[in-house]
Amino acid sequence: MKHIKTINKANLKKTAAKGGCGNCQASCQSACKTSCTVANQKCEKDA
Amino acid sequence: MIHCFRLKGFNIVLDVHTGGVHIVDDITYEMLENISLPLDDDCKKGVIEKLKGKYTIDELEECFDEIVELYNDGILFSEDDYEKFADYAVASPVKAMCLHIAHDCNLRCKYCFASTGDFGEGRKLMDLDIGKAAIDFLLEKSGDRKNLELDFFGGEPLMNFDVVKEIVKYARSKEKEFGKTFRFTITTNGLLLTDDKIDFINKEMSNVVLSIDGRKEVNDRMRVRVDGSGSYDSIIDKYKVLVSKRDKSKDYYVRGTYTKYNLDFSNDVIHLYECGFDQVSVEPVMGDEKESFAITEGDLDKICNEYDILVDKLTEIREKGGFCNFFHFMLDLNQGPCAIKRLRGCGSGNEYVAVTPDGDIYPCHQFVGIEKFKMGNLHNKTFNMDIKNMFAKTHIYAKDDCKDCWAKFYCSGGCNANNYLYEGDILKAHKLSCKIQRKRLECAILMNVMKELEKQS
Repeated sequence: MKHIKTINKANLKKTAAKGGCGNCQASCQSACKTSCTVANQKCEKDA
Repeated sequence: MIHCFRLKGFNIVLDVHTGGVHIVDDITYEMLENISLPLDDDCKKGVIEKLKGKYTIDELEECFDEIVELYNDGILFSEDDYEKFADYAVASPVKAMCLHIAHDCNLRCKYCFASTGDFGEGRKLMDLDIGKAAIDFLLEKSGDRKNLELDFFGGEPLMNFDVVKEIVKYARSKEKEFGKTFRFTITTNGLLLTDDKIDFINKEMSNVVLSIDGRKEVNDRMRVRVDGSGSYDSIIDKYKVLVSKRDKSKDYYVRGTYTKYNLDFSNDVIHLYECGFDQVSVEPVMGDEKESFAITEGDLDKICNEYDILVDKLTEIREKGGFCNFFHFMLDLNQGPCAIKRLRGCGSGNEYVAVTPDGDIYPCHQFVGIEKFKMGNLHNKTFNMDIKNMFAKTHIYAKDDCKDCWAKFYCSGGCNANNYLYEGDILKAHKLSCKIQRKRLECAILMNVMKELEKQS
């Protein structure tokens, strides 16, 4: 493409189908105790 | 839904419902600002008519066709079809706990949300029996979750460190029998750190949060001892020792709070980096707007500009071969958490609870002391499922301000406690936090874009 460059896999929809295992960290247990940030958690499915 | 923003010379387009991030040229950016679905002939004609004075018809047609191609590929203007997943986690087991090992503190931080350590309930330490009961509660309530998280919190947890050690020992003794792994974390102000404590923390804690606000004068203005003196000189070297002895595979953060007094907080992030720390979190204070240190709407321009400055400073560090991870700019554009996880935030009150020295259970540390949110007590083995179910339903589609927000899959509805404390309702987004969050996310996306482009070149 000449005008648009896609940077990532854009795969959020695919993660919905097999997601929700609940093994990843509760986000507030990390370095934020007052400002919730979820997107920086790691997926830990099958970990 | 898409979100377009310009930052540091980049035109960035986020496709909200796939997480797709695109870099576009000026003509495409302008076109995207002027179109909406359906991308039919009328749309095409309309936008070409509007922009033809600025660009050639050929360019505009070419550009429109590329947009349509991405739309057909499902990565631009993608549909929101997640609401059907929103009820997934209603029956989620409890698998994370904030254990208030000490409702007492040896600092008197002026912005403390916990009434300088005692949460307004009197100064007290947790005894071992309550600690063990908390572990038993987590083992019992965690269902099939393998990883259990327990954060030793306060007040100041090092004031009750013998009990911390005993609780860790007790929990470890149960891991095999129950098929669970405990991940311990601790949040400390550092004053009572000793070599022994550092060694124990580095051995047992998967993450340690070391509180410090940055530059000495900034830290010592807010983080003071009982006698009013500053704490910086007593902790900085201890933190350096802890981090130098810590296994690189384990997490740590030096974590600060910025207030109205240091809206130039990028200097504090850089100060901490220059002290040798490469994992840094500095975040805005939350407090009553009447407090002199509180951040208000009027500070937003300065704060947003400061995050831009921080991007420049962190980029300069990276370009010189250095590394500094700023917590709120962490984002994995390819392999972050699944969409289900992103539908609700921290899991407070649902998969995450806080336990006080009296054994009272609350949705999280920020709700402690608010009677109507008390979920139960470990002594009398009560646990209110109505409150749990209420928190389970705090997903982004239950929050009017969130469902149409472009940032909904990154902050996931924000902090329920802030929503309640400052907006009066756990489902009502705290607007000031939202504005700061959205700015941080734009910066985080930009930094990832820059890294990705560097990799590709």
